[in-house]
Amino acid sequence: MKPAKHVALEASALHSPRASSLVYVAIGMVFGIVLVKSEVLSWFRIQEMFRFQAFHMYGIIGSALVVAAGSVAILKRYRIAALDGELISLPPKDMGRGYRYWIGGTVFGLGWALTGACPGPLFALFGAGVPVMSVAVVSAIAGAWLYGYLRPILPH
Amino acid sequence: MEWLFQPWPWFIAGPIIGLFVPALLLAGNKPFGVASNLRHLCSVLAPGRIEFFRYDWRTLGGWNLSFLSGIVLGAFVAVTWMGSGDVALSEHTREALTALGLHDLTGLVPREVFSWPALLTVKGFVSIVIGGVLVGFGATYAGGCTSGHAITGLADLQVPSLLAVAGFFAGGLVATHWILPLLFRW
Repeated sequence: MKPAKHVALEASALHSPRASSLVYVAIGMVFGIVLVKSEVLSWFRIQEMFRFQAFHMYGIIGSALVVAAGSVAILKRYRIAALDGELISLPPKDMGRGYRYWIGGTVFGLGWALTGACPGPLFALFGAGVPVMSVAVVSAIAGAWLYGYLRPILPH
Repeated sequence: MEWLFQPWPWFIAGPIIGLFVPALLLAGNKPFGVASNLRHLCSVLAPGRIEFFRYDWRTLGGWNLSFLSGIVLGAFVAVTWMGSGDVALSEHTREALTALGLHDLTGLVPREVFSWPALLTVKGFVSIVIGGVLVGFGATYAGGCTSGHAITGLADLQVPSLLAVAGFFAGGLVATHWILPLLFRW
């Protein structure tokens, strides 16, 4: 019975909004550290990847995917609940006509190679002491805003 | 503990990144995906009359904005106290980037492109500002980025994510092999 009580205690701690946001800050910090230590946030590594000149990035994305897929399969198979008691689920992406995925994806890819950073690394680079990346962050927010503005007329 | 201060190999970093998916699901049934924060930040800063940005961002995105602030802090911690040298880039990439006209291949990003003075050059402006706009527009249009689609979506075997990831690579290859050689002439 002891473990169950322990879980219940943690769950109630997480119900306090401040405690739960600290948990997400902590998880985010680990992600930020990994982005630096694996050099995923480096423009140079992204160039190496898009030129197929090293296995590094493919190894990272590939092994991350395998671990994530295995974990999701286990969580779903055993119907495991989150700490707050909610049953774990991932909302399915709506296929629609599929335009948003390949057009949006291609536009994102152009930006990924130009900035050398996807959204996580974009913010991480700012933290990692490349202050000019704050301009790239503001630009990315402007890009997201532009999408929201044009959304009614874009194909999805 | 020495390894902590060296660059981490892919077989350490990759599996750790994969574990963010179950970690966030277990912590509160949250999907790992950084790009949603761009939408949340629009909702915080300038929702205007745009329906897409008019929602309760504290409830829906508060956790993710906390996660995002952690990323910035973690990156700061890593470069400040956990050592970070130059990237051990492959020789072929060094040659290719030198041929593009870059002289300084040290640091995390090429200073000739990503610095305040470079922001006023064509290649700096396009890389930082246009690149940033494309990242934000594309990721929000596609409903996810590398974390949301290439890791979380594919891990959940979602077909739309596969389509998006194909797009990520198509765009990245076009920019790397066709746009950068033209851009870096300036």
